[in-house]
Amino acid sequence: MARRWTNTLTRDDVTPEHLFLNRRAVLGGLAGVGLAGLPGSARAQEGLEPNTWEEITSYNNYYEFGTGKDDPARYADALTIDPWSVRIDGMVDRPGTYAFEDIMDQMDIEERIYRFRCVEAWSMVVPWNGFELADLLSLAGVQDRARYVAFETVLRPDEMPGTRFPVLDWPYVEGLRIDEAMHPLTIMATGIYGRDIPKQNGAPLRLVVPWKYGFKSIKSVVRITLTDEEPPTSWNRANPREYGFYSNVNPEVDHPRWSQATERMIGGGLFARRQPTLMFNGYADEVAGLYDGMDLTEFF
Amino acid sequence: MSVADPINSALRQVPAWTLYVAAVWPPAWLFWLGLTGGLGVEPIKVLEHRMGELGLQVLIVTLAISPVRRLVGVNLLKFRRALGLIGFSYIFLHLLVWLFLDVQIVGQIWADILRRPYITIGMAGFLLMVPLAVTSNDWSLRRLGPTWRKLHRLTYVAVLLGAIHFLMLAKGFQLEPLVYLGVVAALLALRLPQACVKPRATA
Repeated sequence: MARRWTNTLTRDDVTPEHLFLNRRAVLGGLAGVGLAGLPGSARAQEGLEPNTWEEITSYNNYYEFGTGKDDPARYADALTIDPWSVRIDGMVDRPGTYAFEDIMDQMDIEERIYRFRCVEAWSMVVPWNGFELADLLSLAGVQDRARYVAFETVLRPDEMPGTRFPVLDWPYVEGLRIDEAMHPLTIMATGIYGRDIPKQNGAPLRLVVPWKYGFKSIKSVVRITLTDEEPPTSWNRANPREYGFYSNVNPEVDHPRWSQATERMIGGGLFARRQPTLMFNGYADEVAGLYDGMDLTEFF
Repeated sequence: MSVADPINSALRQVPAWTLYVAAVWPPAWLFWLGLTGGLGVEPIKVLEHRMGELGLQVLIVTLAISPVRRLVGVNLLKFRRALGLIGFSYIFLHLLVWLFLDVQIVGQIWADILRRPYITIGMAGFLLMVPLAVTSNDWSLRRLGPTWRKLHRLTYVAVLLGAIHFLMLAKGFQLEPLVYLGVVAALLALRLPQACVKPRATA
């Protein structure tokens, strides 16, 4: 069933490994002579060059490990990801606990180079490896009456220091409408740059919905429930005025505390310029039809 | 008093100007780190937040000076002007990073100041400190006389607004800004009895 969607970004757009591992050193050298702004501005014009491994794996929001951007890279190592299984239940024909290895045996892993736009107005381009969520759901057999998909992140206070304080109501939960979940752009990522996905990025498997703000792309998934009611989502529960269920990337609907019209690409250094945010994060051609007739200001 | 005495005599050897010299280094070092990759892959936000936090910390120390003298007997009064000006300068740098490195777009800056309450409050706190910084010299102190004391009570409001600004920009329920707000509230509360008693005593 996979390969329904073709990348406009190609493998050629991915920085070769020896370059992405070394670019920091190059940047550092340039910065010394006051040229730190150049790589960022050049990249802003191309727009599509993936971020380096170091950028993608050192700047993360994964509040279970702490609210600092470097906390996940520092503390996520404690997370046990082997063994791992995902419970798929609710309105499915074959509910049960699916072992990660069994899932991987049956999935066709492909590369998806996606823009990633955080609700905090920064962005990256990430070369994910993974499979379509629709293929995972078809393992369990989605019933016709299912209207929504609910997701849950693992909760292990012993391994996750950030969960000892109620920054959010743990465990982290997210949700999609069934048509969003079945869309070929929606994937479960298991790798980055062809390597296993690092723990700070949501190992061993996480959701990636590239046209929505990053917090929708829930990490380290242990449970997927098919339901006929809109499921609760963590940030919406924490602050419904600021975070809606849909949370589609939309430059015209501001976050109450900051503008969403522009974003800053990670990796441009101290003098990085902002660039305009694209409707549906640049995936309007593929997904705008899902929201025909909906007022996106009301359903933000 | 026996504990405070040696500390006070040691402090008498330290001229206040040394603080200005020392204060140059944290922002200079942070800026250097930002240029050379030492602040991570998104140095702008780190620099912005660190300058704001440093400013708030220094201003909190400034607020602590008179309670420390009253309760512990350690006299740091001669450093208070320097600390106030350093705290103000750090907040000014925090503002400059926000304006020129973070937001960059003039139209958006105005929209943010007017429409985003946490920015409105932060900006108000900064503006309240401008007249205080301008009058932090002996000449103004002599000229303004008793008005100077009243004017400089604006510090209380400015620091409180700064702590509220920090709390309002946190995502989710976070401990750190609550601790800052708690410390500021406590330092202000320590002044309440004084403020109530003093006018009567002098009257």
